[in-house]
Amino acid sequence: MSQTAGMNYKQCFIDAVVAALMALVVFGPIMGIVLDGYKFDIDFQRVGWIVSIVFVGRLFMSYYFQTAKGQAMLFKYANNHDGVTVNPPNHKSKMIWVIPLVMVIGFLIPFIASKYILTVLILGLIYVLLGLGLNIVVGLAGLLDLGFVGFYAIGAYSLALGYENLGLGFWSMLPIAAIAAAFAGAILGFPVLRMHGDYLAIVTLGFGEIIRLILTNWVSLTHGPNGISAPLPTFFGLEFKRRSAHGETFHEFFNLPYDSGYKYMFVYLVLFAVVWAVLFIKHRLVKMPIGRAWEALREDEIACRSLGLNHVLVKLSAFMLGASTAGLAGVFFATYQGFVSPSSFTFFESALILAIVVLGGMGSTLGVVIAAFCLTVLPEMLREVAEYRVLLFGILMVVMMIWKPRGLVRVTRNGFAAREGVIK
Amino acid sequence: MDIVLQQLVNGLTLGSVYGLIAIGYTMVYGIIGMINFAHGDVYMVSAYLTAISIALLTFFGVESFPFIIFGALVFTIVITGAYGWVIERVAYRPLRNSSRLSVLISAIGMSLILQNYVQLSQGPNQQGVPTLITGAFRFHIGDGYVQITYMKVLILLIALAGMGILTYIIQKTKLGRMCRATQQDRKMASILGIDTDKVISSVFVIGSAMAALAGVLVTLDYGAFDFYIGFIMGIKAFTAAVLGGIGSLPGAMLGGLILGLSESLFAGLVSSDYKDVFSFSLLVLILIIRPSGLLGKPAVEKV
Repeated sequence: MSQTAGMNYKQCFIDAVVAALMALVVFGPIMGIVLDGYKFDIDFQRVGWIVSIVFVGRLFMSYYFQTAKGQAMLFKYANNHDGVTVNPPNHKSKMIWVIPLVMVIGFLIPFIASKYILTVLILGLIYVLLGLGLNIVVGLAGLLDLGFVGFYAIGAYSLALGYENLGLGFWSMLPIAAIAAAFAGAILGFPVLRMHGDYLAIVTLGFGEIIRLILTNWVSLTHGPNGISAPLPTFFGLEFKRRSAHGETFHEFFNLPYDSGYKYMFVYLVLFAVVWAVLFIKHRLVKMPIGRAWEALREDEIACRSLGLNHVLVKLSAFMLGASTAGLAGVFFATYQGFVSPSSFTFFESALILAIVVLGGMGSTLGVVIAAFCLTVLPEMLREVAEYRVLLFGILMVVMMIWKPRGLVRVTRNGFAAREGVIK
Repeated sequence: MDIVLQQLVNGLTLGSVYGLIAIGYTMVYGIIGMINFAHGDVYMVSAYLTAISIALLTFFGVESFPFIIFGALVFTIVITGAYGWVIERVAYRPLRNSSRLSVLISAIGMSLILQNYVQLSQGPNQQGVPTLITGAFRFHIGDGYVQITYMKVLILLIALAGMGILTYIIQKTKLGRMCRATQQDRKMASILGIDTDKVISSVFVIGSAMAALAGVLVTLDYGAFDFYIGFIMGIKAFTAAVLGGIGSLPGAMLGGLILGLSESLFAGLVSSDYKDVFSFSLLVLILIIRPSGLLGKPAVEKV
């Protein structure tokens, strides 16, 4: 990429014209001619806009990459595929101060915030859980799972079906759903042990779709596309309803006026605690041999197996832990909505969770948490652009892969040094 | 008996369509080893282009259906080919030396982009095209009868012609030789003076053109479509490609036919609600039992 000095303006212009022509051919028919029954309406204005944007953008890009700065940037991004940033040994992370602060603020929020903000935050936390789960599978173990939403669905439907058929409530179903999802993860994990990369992605995609189709078509059990209702959590046996058939309700017991916000407050607090527990467990797991094994497997499977790692155990544990986290998220989703239906578990959800992991930085816990909030809370806040959400996700995924394939937040890790007093 | 025969006929046309789309997957996989996740959505775009071209042609007063079909085919294939080229250029070429995971994620992103872009441009509602060819052959067998619409015959003929042209291009022309050389060893091919980037681009264009062919045929036959059809069709065509052995062209066509036939039979004889479950399960089973497919070469991993 070492070009001779001096600008080639002609080349810039040719590039831009070619790009604009291509844009005209590609965008022209679909954007310019809008089908209306068997007839059509014409909308050439937006085609004009997009073609001019492409022309100017390409002109600028061609120009910029010929300057010294652009060359330096190209060189930098061609060589930025190294993995982790290693801190010096005994590096003290600033997170020691941030974590208690976030904990306290997060704990106080439900007592201040409005019901609407609370529901948005609950959704954000659910996606944090999902992101953390998929981060184990994709980010750490490097197994691209496109059917992750299947485990989420299993968690959600476990709660609803367990309540309807077995009479079990939120608290008993929370662990059971996690176990059921982990079990499903193992069932999926066993056959795909031999696969890697693209085939694995497609099989898991098929698995997720199979689960959704079964939920849709097994009408006698799941009520099909109509969905099924899910119970709310109880506070030591006290329900969050206005009136209850089973003794006192929450507001009656504490002599409070009835407020439907209490249940969201409670769901939020429980979810908040669960997210911290999962964060803690994950933080520890990454430092344990199993976490190291996941990452080693991601980097080079053959080398790992040659060094005696049991790849069956490593892969299965990643699948099961990831799935059980998704199962937990599913339970919270079901109880927060009060209702589950198969339409909540489409492939788009899987892609969204994947976008969270990709954007946040594969393997980076902090990045995933931030990305989960960005991708779920921001679209809620910016209602006007809500319909462009999917488009933006798609563009984000492509741009991130080209620009920063390791995500926004780099994984950092403390280096090792012999402890003082140890004989070298 | 007549149900079985009828489903076989339906399966044959369905299978030839799967085969056409599977060609795009198998060629791209063969040459750069990635699953072009956006390929199903390229097919979806071609369905819209078909309807647009038919609306345009009728607007300009073209009435006779051979001209309409010919015009729709040319228009759709050319523009869908351009889509293939642009997609490769924008989303895959910058990632030529990245990990396979990055490329696959980029492809998923591209698929989302295409779906949402079409939805935003054309509206979320289902669209349709008028029925151009009516009528059918009927064969009476016992009490019932088997019906083969003229449209189905046309699908089979055009699909066969498309596959024939493709086989000719790959086997006899210079471009085909360059494709095969690049497929065997990309580095060596580029050392020997083949512009591999150009070959890869042309493979994307060819694959998209085949998907466009399928798109025109299915749209004419089925009539209705929306922006979401690419997803299911894409996975099924991929199943067909894997079934036949990914990377192998005859395998894609064979896999398409087998998948189409077995799926139609399953829908007719067992349950049409679960026919997608059947296809997905078939995909999972093949990948577990025989990942190299029927005609593919087993992948050897070198250390």
